Amino acid sequence: MKNTDIISSTARPSTGRPRRAPFRKTWRLHLLLLPAVLLALVFKYAPMPGIVMAFQDFKPWLGISNSPWVGWDNFQLMFTLRGTVQVIWNTLLISVMKIVFGLAVPVLFALMLNEIRNMGMKRSIQTMVYLPHFMSWVILGGILLDLLSLDGIVNRLLVTLNLDPVMFLGEGNWFRTTVIVSDLWKEFGFSAIVFLAALSGINPDLYEAAEIDGAGRMQQTVHITLPSLLPMMVVVFTLSLGNMLNANFDQIFNLINPLVLEKGDIIDTFVFRSFQDGQYSLATTVGLFKSVIGFILISGGYYVAYRWANYRIF
Amino acid sequence: MYYKNPSYKVFYYFNLAVLIGVSILCILPMIHIFAVSLSGKSAAESNLVTFLPIDFNLDSYARTFENDNFTNAIWTSVMRAIAGTLLSMGVTIMAAFSLSRSSVEFKARVFYVWFFLVIMIFDAGLVPNYLLIQQLGLINSFWVLILPGLVNVWNMILMMNFFRVLPKELDEAAIMDGASTFRILFSVYLPISMPAIATISLFTMVGHWNSWFDGMLYLRSQDQWPLATLLQTIVVVQDFSKTGITPEDMAMLSNRSVKSAQIFIAMLPILLVYPFLQRFFVKGIVLGAVKE
Repeated sequence: MKNTDIISSTARPSTGRPRRAPFRKTWRLHLLLLPAVLLALVFKYAPMPGIVMAFQDFKPWLGISNSPWVGWDNFQLMFTLRGTVQVIWNTLLISVMKIVFGLAVPVLFALMLNEIRNMGMKRSIQTMVYLPHFMSWVILGGILLDLLSLDGIVNRLLVTLNLDPVMFLGEGNWFRTTVIVSDLWKEFGFSAIVFLAALSGINPDLYEAAEIDGAGRMQQTVHITLPSLLPMMVVVFTLSLGNMLNANFDQIFNLINPLVLEKGDIIDTFVFRSFQDGQYSLATTVGLFKSVIGFILISGGYYVAYRWANYRIF
Repeated sequence: MYYKNPSYKVFYYFNLAVLIGVSILCILPMIHIFAVSLSGKSAAESNLVTFLPIDFNLDSYARTFENDNFTNAIWTSVMRAIAGTLLSMGVTIMAAFSLSRSSVEFKARVFYVWFFLVIMIFDAGLVPNYLLIQQLGLINSFWVLILPGLVNVWNMILMMNFFRVLPKELDEAAIMDGASTFRILFSVYLPISMPAIATISLFTMVGHWNSWFDGMLYLRSQDQWPLATLLQTIVVVQDFSKTGITPEDMAMLSNRSVKSAQIFIAMLPILLVYPFLQRFFVKGIVLGAVKE
């Protein structure tokens, strides 16, 4: 029979340790991995040497091998350019707000939904609330540009309430607020899923015991529900820290316009525009900066989640 | 009996009202767009439409489908979603199967896991990726929409974890019956993992349908664009000089109800697929997030 013994059966003194399977037994497993490995090598690993462009004064007609080497000059330039510093600041500000609210609102929503006892109502609410997550920012961008324009439905509502119309997407600070709130609106339902799952895993005996001891619902929430959610919250928080420099290119790109460029531009949109303007070296430099910092943050995040909450991905 | 408490009852109904309000808020914008798309031109332009159509007509949809660019784009997106998902799932499942074997059985596993982990965390950035695609000659090719995204490490990890949880007895029974590695994968693991595969496939498909940036970056001509990219230039971008829009498109752009019709058509497949997604994805998310 083929493959009856995955572990090698050639005679060897038994040492009590399991023997590792030799290649002639495992080549099929390697073969199954081959397509993925090849694709990863070509599309993910091959571009990596391209980051040397961050240390060159890249000219497309010279290519990577012939462009002059400038060492750290590009990085120096990057930090002195007012544009890049502003962009990094925008990114951090928007990101931190999104992380904080992106944790608080789903948790709050999960807690509120948890109180509902009618299963049918609960499911309908969930169905409606998950939907925005699946819309792309192109679609939502189109919808928001329409809704939030000066004569759009939201501003018309404000006018009928005798308030001044607001340029939600045309004024710097409002733009940031709109970005944060719309991202929240889109993702809060979906993000709440892990918390809802965690909530359903809490032992009901705890609540009964608290009830017997005379705890009201609020006390039960504070002393049982929240502490049980804490590990999950910590995991979600540390993982989202890794994404701090990301601030959602899709969203910003589809909502931005020249009026709010100063306050709304983030690292990724900046890199893209530099790329479009032919400033390859600067784009690569900023991109590399972001990739490295992001790498450190994400690895750190995973490590902390691993140590604190036993969160393993593999 | 905290729920018998009268002040709790007040809270309960207040809570319910807020939740219902919030959930309606989540679908309201879509309803508005749908209403505008079915409204007459003058009503739409003068912003009279709220949530019900005024001057109901299907003209916007008719004009949308007359536009060749639009129908080409729909076709491209459909092709991309189907081909991309099938190929990606194939690659992912095979790789995940190997990765799910224990490190005793498969010594190189640890190496492969690190190999894939690195790509998940570190991305070379926009410019090096663009240069690579250029060197591969994939600029202006349909396959640029599919090939780079075939390896998705998140999906691989989800699938791998799913496989790992399956009982060892299945393996052992199959081996005793003389199954080769491939046979185990295809005849034993695959049928049993259908829910997980369905979930991940649907997610991948939605991802492909919504994906617009790669089309914009790597495909030069409008007739090759997937729907999301076309929509992006029509609906969002104010700068027309980079898009090469023809005069007939320009006439369409200014018409708000036509724009809404286009947005709604792009939303439609997702809305249709959504009920099926919903059945599976909660389990899938929890699988990926809640560890032993």
